Amino acid sequence: MEECIQTITDYAFRSIGFGERLLPRSDFTLCQQFTLIGSGMIWNVYFGVLALVSGFFLATAVALGKAAKNPVIRKASEWFIFIFRGSPLFIQFFFAYFFFLSLKGQFAFFSPFTAAWLGALIVLFLNTAAYSGEIFYGALQCIPKGDTEAADAYGLSGWTRFRRVIWPTMLRLAWPAYTNEAIFLFHSTTLVYFSGFPAWQQKGDALYYASFFADKTFNPFVPYPILAFYFILVTLVIIAIMGRIGRRLNRHLPQDAPRPKFRFRPQIIR
Amino acid sequence: MGFYWSFLTVLTLLAITAPLALSFGFGGAMAARSKIAPLSWFGKGYIAIVRGVPDIAFFLFFVIALDQGIEYLRHQIKCPDWPDAIRQGNDFIVCTAAKMPLGNAPQWVHETYGFFIAVFTFAIVFGAFAANVLFGAMKAVPKPQIETAHAYGMNTRQTFWRIVVPQMWVYALPGLGNLWMVLIKATPLLFLLGVEDIVYWARELGATKTPQFTSYPHGDWRMWYFLALLVFYLAFTRVSEIVLDRTMRRLTRGQATAGGEAQRKVAG
Repeated sequence: MEECIQTITDYAFRSIGFGERLLPRSDFTLCQQFTLIGSGMIWNVYFGVLALVSGFFLATAVALGKAAKNPVIRKASEWFIFIFRGSPLFIQFFFAYFFFLSLKGQFAFFSPFTAAWLGALIVLFLNTAAYSGEIFYGALQCIPKGDTEAADAYGLSGWTRFRRVIWPTMLRLAWPAYTNEAIFLFHSTTLVYFSGFPAWQQKGDALYYASFFADKTFNPFVPYPILAFYFILVTLVIIAIMGRIGRRLNRHLPQDAPRPKFRFRPQIIR
Repeated sequence: MGFYWSFLTVLTLLAITAPLALSFGFGGAMAARSKIAPLSWFGKGYIAIVRGVPDIAFFLFFVIALDQGIEYLRHQIKCPDWPDAIRQGNDFIVCTAAKMPLGNAPQWVHETYGFFIAVFTFAIVFGAFAANVLFGAMKAVPKPQIETAHAYGMNTRQTFWRIVVPQMWVYALPGLGNLWMVLIKATPLLFLLGVEDIVYWARELGATKTPQFTSYPHGDWRMWYFLALLVFYLAFTRVSEIVLDRTMRRLTRGQATAGGEAQRKVAG
């Protein structure tokens, strides 16, 4: 027990560079595996949260762009969505990494971009923006005609109309699908350290440590279930948070009215 | 040359995996529908477990697990009087005769074996997704159709094969189409499974070449190789989209759905 507390103090923040520098070499205990994989989860949460929050705004813009009347804006948004949804995230990571690498060769400014914390974040940000942009676009098409007509009747127009009627309704309709997108984004953060981006000084994410243990022990039956446990935990937290936001978005509706319900519907790979 | 062959590897993988996953899915969906409780639990459990866990974790896990499982079984059969335990601390040791593939086998056997382990893994994971889609599609077939079939005196099996299965495809196709797209996008993961696929070759060939080792020296071209892969996948996705759209239109013909009704109106 004491040994385990020692392990936790040594390795709990190993993935971001605090604590013991050397990874355990032999006699791997369950405690070490739990701590290190959990420590790697810091990165998964970091990528997931930042990409989701920043991607949300771009997604709104892309959705509006795809619904825009101006053909230039519409085509640009459509292509943006197609490129990021039509190709594997894995290849996108690789491409971005080597792209930044060659930029770095010319401009020193780009050197942080080749590190995972920024480069991979940008890819995830664009990727989730494309996926959720498509979701928001779908919701935008489903806004009941009555709502916009009512907004017109109240004399709302332009920004006020968008801010007070269209945007909240769009979010309300898109929310169940968007929750899935959030879960799915967290799952895909595991790809970061398996594509180009190097894990500098063995500071990797949860899957990086899980596969480290699986390699070292030749036993996949311990680290991967631990990883799965952590991810199920994260998924439950996301569902709770998004459910709360969803309730707030729906609070003005009659409580017994039918409303979009969340169903856990993960797709797997991006 | 390997680079071009690897495209073929990816296409072969798709060609083998898609039907295999579909049949796994069909089996899973049939099991989940079954009236026998354990079989139905098995089917539903299969669908539920695979869907809940991040995909690549599953890929990494399954390959080692399958490999060790096969070797373990062969070990039990071929060397029953092996004295040592198989799991010695951190090591997994089986007798030489049970190694899979055999240690002295030629290189291509190793490669093919790795490839088929990968195919099997893909099929299991995607089978669960297909099972989910097909399970939903079977439930979506309108009840009156089934009741009519019963009224005509068909038994459960006949109803299933003659009424439900032919009609479910139109409900299953959007889901299966999605799955196909996802499957295309999953193929780069072959790289993680140690198969020499396009990602591997793009990294190899694109890396800096010096005149000492090759007659075609060049700088770091990996970016361009990955750009080519990106375009390859985009084109593949686009073509699939168009084909699926056509198939959907073909399947909708004469169905009791909104789409079928719309087609009827156009045809007048």
